[in-house]
Amino acid sequence: MSDRIEKRIEFKAPVSRVWRALTDYREFGEWFHVKLDGPFVPGQMSTGHITYPGYEHLKWEAVVVKMEPEKAFSFTWHPYGIDPKVDYSKETPTLVEFKLEKTENGTLLLLTESGFDKVPAHRREEAFRMNDGGWTQQMKNIEEHVAHTS
Amino acid sequence: MFAALGDQTRLTLVAKLSGGESYSISQLTSDSQLTRQAITKHLRVLESVGIVRCTRAGRERRFKFEPQPITDIREYLDIVSRQWDEALGRLKKFVEE
Repeated sequence: MSDRIEKRIEFKAPVSRVWRALTDYREFGEWFHVKLDGPFVPGQMSTGHITYPGYEHLKWEAVVVKMEPEKAFSFTWHPYGIDPKVDYSKETPTLVEFKLEKTENGTLLLLTESGFDKVPAHRREEAFRMNDGGWTQQMKNIEEHVAHTS
Repeated sequence: MFAALGDQTRLTLVAKLSGGESYSISQLTSDSQLTRQAITKHLRVLESVGIVRCTRAGRERRFKFEPQPITDIREYLDIVSRQWDEALGRLKKFVEE
């Protein structure tokens, strides 16, 4: 069993395009569904709030670790949004790393999230609840949509 | 939890216990090169993260596998993994459009 998540995905777009989508705070916000307060700066905390339907009550908080242009971008965070009522300062965050490589047809992105061995049990339970809440919200959205269109 | 499982002896113990049967220390020591004390120490580590439960049958201690903590972590990683799949799917659309 591994304590990390690894993903690899290829894009039909140049490295510079993918780099911008990852590290420009407005572009990042577009696809990640988060409204960030300002640009990413290595060593500094990035703040904002989640805009994903059903999770709008959650804050975004991450500390940027590294920005190596068109190669590597990483930050630490507490996975998947932060409940403003909870103090996370004593919990060890996980590390998210994006690595970019030029390929024949575009760009290869390698994503790693590691450090899950330090995530406390109650945080995992919260994730289950939030996950469930997300689905409940999605079902509600669908129901409303169907109700309006029928 | 990951640290507890990151050891060959403990993995072997878990593999043996995962059949669901409960075992005594003697049974677990018999097919190992290690001493009773060493096996006991490893069992304590597994017990401390909740993967192994110790029960007493008379004067004998028996050890049993407890799958729930592993299931919980796996489900949690599945959720985070799925959220990344969705986010990266949106990123793909975003940069390719």
